[in-house]
Amino acid sequence: MNTKYMNPYLAGFFLGLVLLATIFITGRGLGASGAIKSIVVAAVDAVSPAHAEQSTFYGPYVGAGKESPLKAWLVFEVAGVLIGAFISGLTADRLRIVTESGPRVNPRLRWVFALLGGALFGIGAQYARGCTSGAALSGMAVLSTAGFVAMMAIFGAGYAVAYFARKLWI
Amino acid sequence: MGPFVPEPISDQLNLVVALLLGVGFGFVLEQAGFSSSRRLAGLFYGYDFTVLRVFFTAALTAMSGVLLLGYFGWLDTDAIFVNPTWLVPTIVGGLIMGLGFVLGGYCPGTSVCAAAIGKVDAMFFVGGGLLGIFAFGEFYPLTKHFYDSTLLGPIKVFDSLGISQGLFAFLLIAVAVAAFTITSIIEKRVNPAAAPSLAFTRWKHVAAGAGVIVLGGILLVLPDRKAHLIERVSFPEYQATHAAVIMDVDELAFRIIDREPRMQIVDIRAPEAFATLALPGSRNVVVREFFGREFTPLFSQRHVKKVIVGDDEGKERAAYWLLQDLGYENLAVLRGGIGSFSTTILQPSSFIPTGTRWDPAVKQFRETARAGILGMIEQSKKSGEKVVKKEKKIQGGC
Repeated sequence: MNTKYMNPYLAGFFLGLVLLATIFITGRGLGASGAIKSIVVAAVDAVSPAHAEQSTFYGPYVGAGKESPLKAWLVFEVAGVLIGAFISGLTADRLRIVTESGPRVNPRLRWVFALLGGALFGIGAQYARGCTSGAALSGMAVLSTAGFVAMMAIFGAGYAVAYFARKLWI
Repeated sequence: MGPFVPEPISDQLNLVVALLLGVGFGFVLEQAGFSSSRRLAGLFYGYDFTVLRVFFTAALTAMSGVLLLGYFGWLDTDAIFVNPTWLVPTIVGGLIMGLGFVLGGYCPGTSVCAAAIGKVDAMFFVGGGLLGIFAFGEFYPLTKHFYDSTLLGPIKVFDSLGISQGLFAFLLIAVAVAAFTITSIIEKRVNPAAAPSLAFTRWKHVAAGAGVIVLGGILLVLPDRKAHLIERVSFPEYQATHAAVIMDVDELAFRIIDREPRMQIVDIRAPEAFATLALPGSRNVVVREFFGREFTPLFSQRHVKKVIVGDDEGKERAAYWLLQDLGYENLAVLRGGIGSFSTTILQPSSFIPTGTRWDPAVKQFRETARAGILGMIEQSKKSGEKVVKKEKKIQGGC
């Protein structure tokens, strides 16, 4: 697998430009977890519209006269992320069906922790109104207090638990 | 002037824009190596600081861009989305996410990137995200109270710290440079083979470093352009040396009852005062709003005379020069402010003769005007003519 990645400062600069362009053109920042939420809302609505409608969580997004939850800015943006990442992987010869894990972990166990990590992120992103892209990165770009608080909480917690999770990675 | 949503980019087109920007986002993330969980986790174990470098650089680039574009008036910084702070939920949510980051090795954005190139662990992460949000949704009524707690509004970090915007930007850049240097040193110790060189001998390194310092300096001293412009036109010296086109009370009264189409009264008083008394056809625009996009179409019409009406002539003149500074033409101030208009035309106070032969005609005119204008005000109140609704605020967040 080709691991010749772009210089991180250059990549950061380009990412900053993409984010700046997003703010300049649309007035809002980037994001990711919101799209996953939209998918959950749409799925619940598809399976059981009655349950979705009377729920305090899904309710505001579903019901008569409302557009599909999938017709949301973030859903389209994340669709773009999939495409963009795929193109990058294609041009850099990094397309592989593979499970990545630390040297002491077998793939099955890695899947369990990935699932768990994803679930935690999903829950945490609800309370924080965003993830590292939507709350932290985009928030920092507009100098919001929430952005910096989110960033410090995320990376602070990461460092705090890193020692206990070291067997997963090193 | 940005942002270009909802005009001229419609909500539908905005979705296409989202897709295109997403492609750029995903491409850069993958190019940076964020599609690798081991690389991402490296931040927490000191063997790979890519996340720090990319994240910090991106945030600073975007932040600097926003500040500079705002300064030059190319971006309406009052119109962009600033994510509100729910203090305690953000902290708790962030802590949970941090735990998820170390256990899962991804964040939502990077997991999508990695899944796109075939990483199975990333697919499980996304699946976990779906399950997590589903669980959250089901238990939402139990945590709703906490979820909504400690809302402080769309506050800015430099306000929370009590320093200026420029100073904060400068300090952040300084912290970033320090962090990059320190982590490079750490990386050299932990992982000497793969770490990038620390050498500052290449001219491009020196140029980059100098460029960053210059940027930091610029942002530090960048004045708040809006406050600066407003202050400049308020100085008595400025007012003494700059003339303004003045419209007399009678002329305005005549144009109002004549329903002059090429005139627009711009009322710069506070909304409360405007609600109490508004001249027919006038629009309420406070000075701060001169810089935004909402009223640019109104002010840009050169064939329409914008008559500025305020509490007193001094404030009117300041607004007049400010609009001129911003490049708008065909302006006028009302002699004596709205108070003068009120006492001369609107209130039934006694007519003060000037001793010329025009007195009877003027008196007659003013009585006609009073009746006419009061009638127009009454009519617009009856018809429930609401003030034009403000533009919908742009929503963002995750």
